[in-house]
Amino acid sequence: MIRTGMIGLGKMGLSHLAIARAHPELDLVAGCDASTYLIDILSKHAGLKCYTDLDKMLAEEALDALIIATPSKLHAAMVDKALGRNLHIFCEKPFVLDVAEGERLASLAKQKEVVTQVGYHYRFVGAFREAARLVASGALGVVHHVRAEAYGPVVLRRKGSTWRSTQEEGGGALYDYACHAIDLVNFVHGAPTAASGVVRSSVFSRDVDDEIYATLEFAGGASGQLAVNWSDESFRKMSTKISVWGTNGRVVADRQECQLYLRERHDALPGVEPGWTVRYTTDLTEDVWFYLRGEEYSAQIDYFAKSMQLGRLDGENTFASALATDRVVAMLVEPGTARTAPAAAPARRGFWSRVFG
Amino acid sequence: MAAAATSNDEPMDRVLFGDNQFFGVNHMSEEKARAQSMRFQDLQSILDVLDAAYAEGIRTFMCTSHDRVAEICDHFRANAARYPDYRFYPCMPYAHKYANAVTEHGMIEALRMFLPQDGAVAAMLKGGVALANKDIEAIMQMLIDAEMKMFHGLKTPVVFMQNVITDLLLGLRMHECFRVFHAHVRDRYGAEAGFITMNVPRLLDVLDGLGIDNPIVCANINKIGFRMCGGIAAYEEAIATRRFRPIAMSVLASGAIAPREAIAYVCAQPKIESIVFGASGRANIRQTKALIDELSPPR
Repeated sequence: MIRTGMIGLGKMGLSHLAIARAHPELDLVAGCDASTYLIDILSKHAGLKCYTDLDKMLAEEALDALIIATPSKLHAAMVDKALGRNLHIFCEKPFVLDVAEGERLASLAKQKEVVTQVGYHYRFVGAFREAARLVASGALGVVHHVRAEAYGPVVLRRKGSTWRSTQEEGGGALYDYACHAIDLVNFVHGAPTAASGVVRSSVFSRDVDDEIYATLEFAGGASGQLAVNWSDESFRKMSTKISVWGTNGRVVADRQECQLYLRERHDALPGVEPGWTVRYTTDLTEDVWFYLRGEEYSAQIDYFAKSMQLGRLDGENTFASALATDRVVAMLVEPGTARTAPAAAPARRGFWSRVFG
Repeated sequence: MAAAATSNDEPMDRVLFGDNQFFGVNHMSEEKARAQSMRFQDLQSILDVLDAAYAEGIRTFMCTSHDRVAEICDHFRANAARYPDYRFYPCMPYAHKYANAVTEHGMIEALRMFLPQDGAVAAMLKGGVALANKDIEAIMQMLIDAEMKMFHGLKTPVVFMQNVITDLLLGLRMHECFRVFHAHVRDRYGAEAGFITMNVPRLLDVLDGLGIDNPIVCANINKIGFRMCGGIAAYEEAIATRRFRPIAMSVLASGAIAPREAIAYVCAQPKIESIVFGASGRANIRQTKALIDELSPPR
């Protein structure tokens, strides 16, 4: 059993905690959070040993691994502490907010030979894996355009009160939705080398971006577009899509399905006929031992456990891989790159629609 | 811990009508989901489908506590005489409203938003007092009551906990919450508790341990093993050998299995009490209902 601790028991933290506690190879020995409400509930009603101080937990528990699901601005210092004790680390996305700090930590992790993984769960979604496989096969010919989109209904009125609504703390749609979309680009096609035409603007938020648009450039000459908006009520929940155009066809994938249009047969995809080939989540999804919210959340924790057992240091979503996403984020926040529009005046809405978003 | 007794062993109908199609939930395609949410934007189009199902003999609507279900409930209350034997099986909560609120406001603030504004617990949360032992029970009861409000005056013989909550509590090992839910639904609403889950074998072990006898458990049960955690063999064994009242959902695995083959598989499993499915058209409803009637063993 791998002795594992958890720091950060917010929304993602609780989900990770539930999955990790259900994992047969992980012994989730203790959790840590600054909120006494949560600590109180989890220690009393879930029988979890709890701390409010990370240093104390690290000192008192002989851990093999640490899962970090705190607000983004806290990641770097916590990763540093965990590396100081040679722990394997699973860290929520985004990895860190400062690229130079991320480089130092990724290099330190490599030197320590510990397993590292960042929570870009879309890399464990069957349809996106299929898209990455199709693109990597070369069957699309020369790829000339990549488009990543993420929309959803998170901020629908003017208000800001949590860490997610502060740019310096890693809040806003940039560090939440856009990171996922960028990481998908990196996963399915490869990372861009430059960004231009950046638009970061608020729709409702006071202090952070609610929408981000940018043009991307890739080493091979391909162009890309990023379109992210977390203030779109027409989506029931977060919806992410990636499209890749090549000289021999196109791939479009979202969480549910992967559509391929192939102009001509290609040796890299034997048996695939020209025209449309659509594969669905029911076909592309691999079974997990425990399900909560989506197979990908369980699959990534299982992958982390397997990496620790196998000593796999170069797997999916390593610090180095997530750092590539942080670098793209850094391109988008560089001073002078963005046109920031003023926030629109909020519409008056009734109490219940505000509550239920 | 006191063993909870079941209060209501009345059989459920063989065929239950689900609501995913009305609210843009489709496990195959986001485009189809969007097309459905456009089609069912108008309340009357939802009511027409429910009427079509009712005309085919389907009198139980298993639905989330989505905002729009409140409007459906209004219709059934106002027209009670037209639907004398109609039942709702509420499934709570519609989780996205909570998830989005937690993302925007943080957990404690979100919790306050869903609790009665004037209650003692809300005051306590506001005051920053730590949650004492019995308070979690009080909070759960208030959340259940808040979700049940829209079903007031309607028959709700079974009340379900949604899988995202069941499986979260299961993973967190907050098992006591299942007992609280079971007891409150029985004591306050005279209803049987149901649990929706993607992890049947694991949940059954826990409910057994709590003394919740013969629980109603709704889960994906389909021929291709889609979202049947623990594996299709473990599910088949549990259905054949364990004491619980299974409801099969996702029997068509979002259309991945042909209808006759899909229904035949589920009907061949002993002891499955009910099958829940959703459909948008009368022909589809009739076909699926007829297949279930044809392939089900005599009750």
